[in-house]
Amino acid sequence: MITALEIRGLSIRRGERRLFRDLAFRLEAGAALALTGANGSGKTSLLRAIAGLLRPAAGDIVFEGVAEAEVARHEAVHLLGHADGLKGSRTAREELDFQAAWLGGGAGGVAAAIDRLALTPLLDLEVRRLSAGQRRRLALARLIAAPRPLWLLDEPMAPLDTARRALLAEMMQSHLAGGGLIVAAVHDPLPIDAVTLEIGA
Amino acid sequence: MKAAGVLFSRELALGWGRGGGPLPALAFYAAITLLLPLAGGSDTDRLAAVAPGVAWMALALASLLSLERLFERDFEDGGIDLLMTGPLPLELVCAIKCLAQWITTGAPLALFAPFAAVMLGAPIGLSPLIFICALVGGLAFSFVGGIGAALALGARRGGLLVAAIVMPLFAPPVIFGGAALYASQLGAGGASGLLLLMGWTAAAAALSPLAMAAACRNAVG
Repeated sequence: MITALEIRGLSIRRGERRLFRDLAFRLEAGAALALTGANGSGKTSLLRAIAGLLRPAAGDIVFEGVAEAEVARHEAVHLLGHADGLKGSRTAREELDFQAAWLGGGAGGVAAAIDRLALTPLLDLEVRRLSAGQRRRLALARLIAAPRPLWLLDEPMAPLDTARRALLAEMMQSHLAGGGLIVAAVHDPLPIDAVTLEIGA
Repeated sequence: MKAAGVLFSRELALGWGRGGGPLPALAFYAAITLLLPLAGGSDTDRLAAVAPGVAWMALALASLLSLERLFERDFEDGGIDLLMTGPLPLELVCAIKCLAQWITTGAPLALFAPFAAVMLGAPIGLSPLIFICALVGGLAFSFVGGIGAALALGARRGGLLVAAIVMPLFAPPVIFGGAALYASQLGAGGASGLLLLMGWTAAAAALSPLAMAAACRNAVG
């Protein structure tokens, strides 16, 4: 279980360009952080660096409560962005089952996710037939199907309709209430209580 | 272990379903086998002399054809992010993908290889050895080819790049397998060539996941 996420003196470069430097924050379990900033300021890169997909130029990313960062990244982190890894030729059910099993969830988790995100009518459709919003709901289902403490969300609200945004807000609330952590890159304010951090300011 | 099984069965399903599964590679293999007599003349003795070697080389080319997309699709649709945040080390993920590739493409090609060789005039008695060489060699082709596929990630016209990177690495298994086939055809027994091929395959399967994982991390980061 991650008890806190601490970032110290973090700098990220992409090629010759420095996105930001000396970024520092601390996020306790049960709290959410909203990353804001202009396009290209480095929000997505920061999320990917926390998930271990991108090597920072300098600085530390510490997951407190977990022995090693590597372990945390393989077992305790959800990263959800525009590229959601869903395969167009597979049905929603196959993809959901795979994501849940791969990320460590059980059969009960899948049922809970289907119920919570009202995915039943979509399950037998191929992923390529889904609209952007439906596809995002299917991707979000992994957050519930395979519970992990740290959610890294990149523009989670973008393709969702008003009702689903409220639903996602509820999901995030109950995740925080259960001691989870959320770092989300957003343009609109998050619909929950969150600390805001502007990147590249 | 459960996660490895989950990933393996998904890769198998994707391999069978993706773009006709092994069919394009098989069609390519059949086409090369059919074109050779057209280009090289229909002198059956001459064809029979080169038949095992040609069938073997065509197999290497046909396996190359399907390798290009091994990582590319996951790289484009974010699947690689999902794989990297899963419970298994990336090296193991790469090895599982190569194994699935071997079963979905390499094994059907290996089944077809004796037919291709016999059609060109190789003695029927050579078929079991051709099949075994193709099966073992196919595993080496999958793993070594995976290095090329991972290195070419993010490059435009990656397919040609994969071929250029991988062809030199295909040379040793092609030589060992070819030596086994010709020795056996001449009555000398193909055991030594086959053993060398197995050794190379074992080394490729053990070492190339490290290279693939490093190349994938580099492409993602």
